[in-house]
Amino acid sequence: MSTAKPAVPGEHHHAHHYDNAEHEYQSSKQGVWLFLCTEILMFGGLFVAYALFHHMFPETFKVGSKFTDVRYGATNTVVLLFSSLTMALGIHYVQVREQKKAVIALALTILCGFGFMFIKYLEYSHKFHLGLLPGDWYHGNLEEMAHELGGAKVPANIALYFSFYFMMTGLHGIHVLIGMGAIGWVMIRTMKGEFGPGYYTPVEGVGLFWHLVDLVWIYLFPLLYLVS
Amino acid sequence: MSAKAVSNDNGHTAHGNDEHHIIPLATYFKIFGTLIALTFITVLASRFDFGAFNTIVAFGIASVKAALVLGYFMHLKYDNLMNRVIIGSGVFFLIVLWFFTILDIGTRLFPESPL
Repeated sequence: MSTAKPAVPGEHHHAHHYDNAEHEYQSSKQGVWLFLCTEILMFGGLFVAYALFHHMFPETFKVGSKFTDVRYGATNTVVLLFSSLTMALGIHYVQVREQKKAVIALALTILCGFGFMFIKYLEYSHKFHLGLLPGDWYHGNLEEMAHELGGAKVPANIALYFSFYFMMTGLHGIHVLIGMGAIGWVMIRTMKGEFGPGYYTPVEGVGLFWHLVDLVWIYLFPLLYLVS
Repeated sequence: MSAKAVSNDNGHTAHGNDEHHIIPLATYFKIFGTLIALTFITVLASRFDFGAFNTIVAFGIASVKAALVLGYFMHLKYDNLMNRVIIGSGVFFLIVLWFFTILDIGTRLFPESPL
């Protein structure tokens, strides 16, 4: 990878083991899709475990979800959907050689990532305060929790819900952070003029990853916040 | 170096990224608007009780949203068949895992919670 600024934005010479630039682009993108497939399977394990325990203890999940705030969850859904839009716009502007607009779109995407993590921080600190932690760290007081819900009965195994809540949103949050770093990387390279209509493979790959993070949240939101 | 060119989904050959399908901005905005509307419908639907269909309704709406993200934001609608098969195989095996797990555990009786 050369560090010199290309004369034309996005000027790129494909590696010698590819027939042409298109062959390189398609192969790289296919690699990203294979990686995304493993991501689906990784999150999938948690989703199947969720389905299983929800089936066994529906009341636990129903009461547990009352400790989440739908307003926070819905806001974060909108924030992530908007960041997916700006990510797609970023790729579009690279494709039509509008470098400045592409950088703005990518910067907005990172900003949305910060917004998402800030709202997560507010939600997490509220639960930490009540002792609603995953697994062995859980030290919630059932009476205090019943008071929080206005006197509703809280199942004794409520920690099960919070284990799922923190493992699923935690793994997802780590993905958001990694995605923000990756977008920062392609944004800096876009500023350096390394991408253009002829070569934007890394922007496309990072974009696919970011959309997958959005995709996971689309399912997490109803599963964790809107349990009935 | 062979002169062989890679065939893309539209049936014609491409030699560089310049020939990639570029989705118009208006399409992205329309998809975004639809996704936001579906998010509101999800929240709204959760306030009604459909009984056993609650989960199906929530999951159905989420899957429509997922399809829009995959098709347009992730360009699968304009991508080659291989990438669709790759992601589809992940979803397929996830459903297999879910199906047999529920089939097994759903037909047992557990007297106590693990936590």
